Amino acid sequence: MNRYDYVRPDTVADAITALANPDARALAGGTNLVDLMKYDVARPALVVDINRLPLKSIEVSGDKLRVGALVSNSDLAWHPDVQARWPLLASAILAGASPQLRNAATTGGNLLQRTRCYYFYDPSTACNKRAPGSGCSAIGGVNRIHAILGASSACIAVHPSDMCVALAVLGATVEVEGPQGQREIPFAEFHRLPGDMPERDNTLQQGELITAVAIPAPQFGSHFTYLKLRDRLSYAFALVSVAAALQIENGTIKDARIALGGVAHKPWRDVEAEQSLRGQAPEPRVFEAVAQLILRDAKGQGENDFKIELATRAIARALAQAAAGMPQNQSDKVIQ
Amino acid sequence: MDQFASSRIPISLTVNGQRHQLAIEPWVTLLDLLRERLSLTGAKKGCDQGQCGACTVLIDGQRINSCLQLAVTRDGAEITTIEGLADDGQLHPLQASFIKHDAFQCGYCTPGQICSAAGLLAEGHTHSRAEIREHMSGNLCRCGAYTNIADAIEDVMQSRAAMKEAAE
Ligand SMILES: Cc1cc2nc3c(=O)[nH]c(=O)nc-3n(C[C@H](O)[C@H](O)[C@H](O)COP(=O)(O)OP(=O)(O)OC[C@H]3O[C@@H](n4cnc5c(N)ncnc54)[C@H](O)[C@@H]3O)c2cc1C
Ligand code: SF4
Ligand code: FES
Ligand code: FES
Repeated sequence: MNRYDYVRPDTVADAITALANPDARALAGGTNLVDLMKYDVARPALVVDINRLPLKSIEVSGDKLRVGALVSNSDLAWHPDVQARWPLLASAILAGASPQLRNAATTGGNLLQRTRCYYFYDPSTACNKRAPGSGCSAIGGVNRIHAILGASSACIAVHPSDMCVALAVLGATVEVEGPQGQREIPFAEFHRLPGDMPERDNTLQQGELITAVAIPAPQFGSHFTYLKLRDRLSYAFALVSVAAALQIENGTIKDARIALGGVAHKPWRDVEAEQSLRGQAPEPRVFEAVAQLILRDAKGQGENDFKIELATRAIARALAQAAAGMPQNQSDKVIQ
Repeated sequence: MDQFASSRIPISLTVNGQRHQLAIEPWVTLLDLLRERLSLTGAKKGCDQGQCGACTVLIDGQRINSCLQLAVTRDGAEITTIEGLADDGQLHPLQASFIKHDAFQCGYCTPGQICSAAGLLAEGHTHSRAEIREHMSGNLCRCGAYTNIADAIEDVMQSRAAMKEAAE
């Protein structure tokens, strides 16, 4: 790790002042930043320990859940109201990492975790995300875990979060505060596609802090699932994951939401494809058709070609689980 | 706001019931502090990347990978390591159960496994064998002693549940 200065602000205002330094990094649970510092990928001049900020509460008011940026992934997933009313969120969080990592990892940090692309982690290789302009070693390289949707010629990395896939389906809002004051970012606009600026994972401005994530109550009852497919049954990042939710009335689909993890630089949603489900019967042939539609522009990079078929099947399976009201159990790994 | 140049920072930590006043650089991890400065070598450095769980300790009662925690960020915390689990020479029930079920081969992962299992029992979210497997998945065992590890934890979980039932 490089050498750096350390500050421990008690207020959001003091944290924002400290983060005005472009070489400063906020430190929350540390499970991603400390890892990247050990690899010399992150080399902050100043570490701003935000753990004393008053951003640790979970508030439920009416139909809204508001989660402070420092709420741990465990506290959020096991919160009784979240278990009862936002079970898709709980399920996705519990599908990620391990219990001891989730005890440390925070809500804000989860949104801002960086890609697990091997080259991004290895400063001796070319990587546009780590060193803009140096090239992308994953294109034509080892790219089994990489993107099949929305990639660019500059970067084919994926966003690794599970929680964010659920937040995309739930239509969350990210509350941020920075030198210019407070603003709210709709979840779909929070993460971005790589384009020609893969060094930017999201639309947070320099010096801005995430203060909370707000989530409306879902309307889909038990018709949801979070299906995560990976190289081992637990404690591994998604190759493909699907958060799916259906509103079903009188035997037809009134509304549908589908987000994919592990396939793009951000949780992938296709609103047009979702809308094509409206008025249709919740049956396998309909689910297979929408899966094909969502993957219509998918492009493999060689080693990850299998993800196109995997994602197509995972979407159809997830929609069948949602329609049956049988969400994937994250302990018993049998896929119904 | 506490502000420090990159030098030694004063912190206080209670480790296994003993309070320590320390001065440490902000880049020292909790794992390195425990092992190198406090000579508590029970918590192991398997991967140093959050991927194996060998460094698991209890911080304010919660199991956490100490390799990814900067010690300065835990100023004021109470830490329990494997060395602090036994009560006055009496093995912790999990320690006794690991011995009874032969839940290790080389033993390298064992301190992390036992601290993790202690955290699991305290959390109270684990009620079945499948849940033990899932909620212990953050602890790898290269010797593959998983079956016996799960047996050892299940044993303690069941006797605690039975005790609770008897008390009610
Ligand atoms: C072995 C391993 C396996 C994992 N498996 C999974 C998995 O399967 N699924 C999954 O989803 N995740 C997984 N993770 C990732 C884990 O979820 C993230 O590391 C964690 O959520 C990051 O949160 P943190 O609080 O520790 O962030 P930190 O490491 O503290 O910070 C991460 C980034 O966010 C910034 N930051 C943090 N909080 C704020 C804020 N409030 N405002 C502004 N900036 C902020 C930091 O500056 C830093 O750049 C895994 C991690 C490890 C090490
Ligand atoms: S895919 Fe993105 S993160 Fe990976 S090497 Fe290419 S530019 Fe870097
Ligand atoms: S040493 Fe910390 S998880 Fe491996
Ligand atoms: S007993 Fe050898 S690693 Fe687990």
